[in-house]
Amino acid sequence: MRDVHVSAITDAVKKLCIEANLDLEPDMLRAFDGALRRERSPAGKQVLQILKQNAEMARTRRIPYCQDTGFVVCFVELGQDVHVTGGGLDDAINDGVRQGYTEGYLRASIVRSPFDRVNTGDNTPAVIHVDVGPGATLRIMVMAKGGGCENRSKYKMLTPAEGVAGVKEWIIECVKTAGPDACPPLILGVGVGGTFEKSAILSKKALFRELGSPNPDPQLDALEKELLDRANRLGIGPQGYGGDTTAFGIHILTYPCHITSLPVAVTIECHAHRHKEVTL
Amino acid sequence: MSVTTAADGIKEIGTPLSDGDVESLRAGDRVRITGVLYTARDAAHGRLFPLIEKGEKLPFDPRGQIIYYTGPSPARPGDVVGSIGPTTASRMDTFTPSLLGLGLKGTIGKGYRSQPVKDALRAHKGVYFGAIGGAGAVLSQFIKKLSIVAYEDLGTEAIRRLEVEGFPAIVINDCHGGDLYQDGVKAYAREGA
Repeated sequence: MRDVHVSAITDAVKKLCIEANLDLEPDMLRAFDGALRRERSPAGKQVLQILKQNAEMARTRRIPYCQDTGFVVCFVELGQDVHVTGGGLDDAINDGVRQGYTEGYLRASIVRSPFDRVNTGDNTPAVIHVDVGPGATLRIMVMAKGGGCENRSKYKMLTPAEGVAGVKEWIIECVKTAGPDACPPLILGVGVGGTFEKSAILSKKALFRELGSPNPDPQLDALEKELLDRANRLGIGPQGYGGDTTAFGIHILTYPCHITSLPVAVTIECHAHRHKEVTL
Repeated sequence: MSVTTAADGIKEIGTPLSDGDVESLRAGDRVRITGVLYTARDAAHGRLFPLIEKGEKLPFDPRGQIIYYTGPSPARPGDVVGSIGPTTASRMDTFTPSLLGLGLKGTIGKGYRSQPVKDALRAHKGVYFGAIGGAGAVLSQFIKKLSIVAYEDLGTEAIRRLEVEGFPAIVINDCHGGDLYQDGVKAYAREGA
C-alpha cells in the first residue's frame, strides 16, 4: 500500500482549478491556429483571433478565460494499492475546489439546491467520478465545465435497428440544435452504449482525450473524422456568425450494451475547454 | 443620432439609444458601444418580472438602455471587474418582450432568441447584439467603471451598472427582421452536412 495524504489531493485540485481557468491547454491553442488556417468567413476568423488573444490575456493577466468558470467535473483513477489518509477523498477534492475558486478569483456558479437556488458561494461541490483499478497511483482529471454548453447536451435512446446511421444523424442534430447558444467552435464528447447513466458518464470522459489526437480504435477514429467534417459543413461557424469552424473535435467512447438498447449521450463542450490533470 | 460609422467601417454607438438609432442598425453590423450597460441575468430577471407585472418602479429606468446578460467573475484587487463575457440569451426570452415594452432598446448576449423576442424587437424598435461568448478576459478591458444597482445578495447575478468604452459587439437581430445567425448559415453551409 502507498499512503497519499488528503492534503496532497486538496493542493493538487486547487492548483488544477485555478490553472484550468487561466491557462488553456496546448491542444486548444493548436486548434485555434488550425482553424484560422482553414476558416473562410471573415467574421469567423475575427472571432478565432479574439479567442486566441483571450487565451493569451487569461494566461498573462490572470483573468479567467470565461466568466463562467464552470462546474468542476472530476474524474479520479484510483489505484487499488493507494491508501488515502487523513480524511475522505470527496472532502479533499471539494476542499481543493473551495480553495481554488476563492483564492483564484473564480466565479461561484453552483447553487445548493436546484429548487431554492441559493449559491454555495465557493463553487462546491464538484461532480466526482471515481474508477478503481490496479496500481499505486492516483490520477486526478479536472474539467471546469461551462453551463451554457452543458445546457445543450443531449441524450437519446436509439433502437439497435437505427444503428450507426441513426447515431450519426443524432450527433449532427445535436450540433445543429446547440448552434450559437453553446459557444462554437464546439467539442463533442459522445458516449455510445452501456446503460442510460453509463453513456452520459462516457460522454464526459471522452472530452479528456487530447484534442486532435486520433481515437485509438481505427473504426471510431474514422467515424469521428466523418462526423467532424459533416459538422463543419453546417455553416454555423465560430459563435454562429457563419463559417467553416463549427466544431474542433468529436470524441467517442463506447461500451458494451444490452441487446435491446442503443443509448447515445452527447456532452456539448464550448471552445472554453478547460481541462487539466495530474498523477500523484 | 448616437450611431456613427467609423473609418474602419465599425458603427460607434453611444447610449442611451433612440428609435432612430435602432432603426439604423442591421444584422451583421459590427459595433463599438460607449456609455452605460446594465447587467442582469436569470435571477435578476426573476426579481424584475414581478415588479413589471405589478407596474412598480424598476431599480433602473430601462428607457433607451441596454441590458448585458452576464455574470462576471470576481475582480482581482485593483481591477474594475473580472472576466465578463455574455451568457446564453434565450433563458431571458420570457422576460425580454415586457422590458422592450417599457422602452429597453437593446440586449447583449449570445445564442438564438425566440420568435416572440424577435417580434418584440420589431414592434418596440429594439436590437439584440452578440458579444463573443467565452472572450471574458478580452471583454473585461472595455469596462471602465462598475457599481451595483440592485440585488447585491445575488452575487454575480446582481444588477450592475457598467460604464464601457468601445465595447465590441455585432448585431444579431435587428428591428427589421434581420438575423445574422440565419444569414451566416446560408452563406457558409456546404453540401454533405
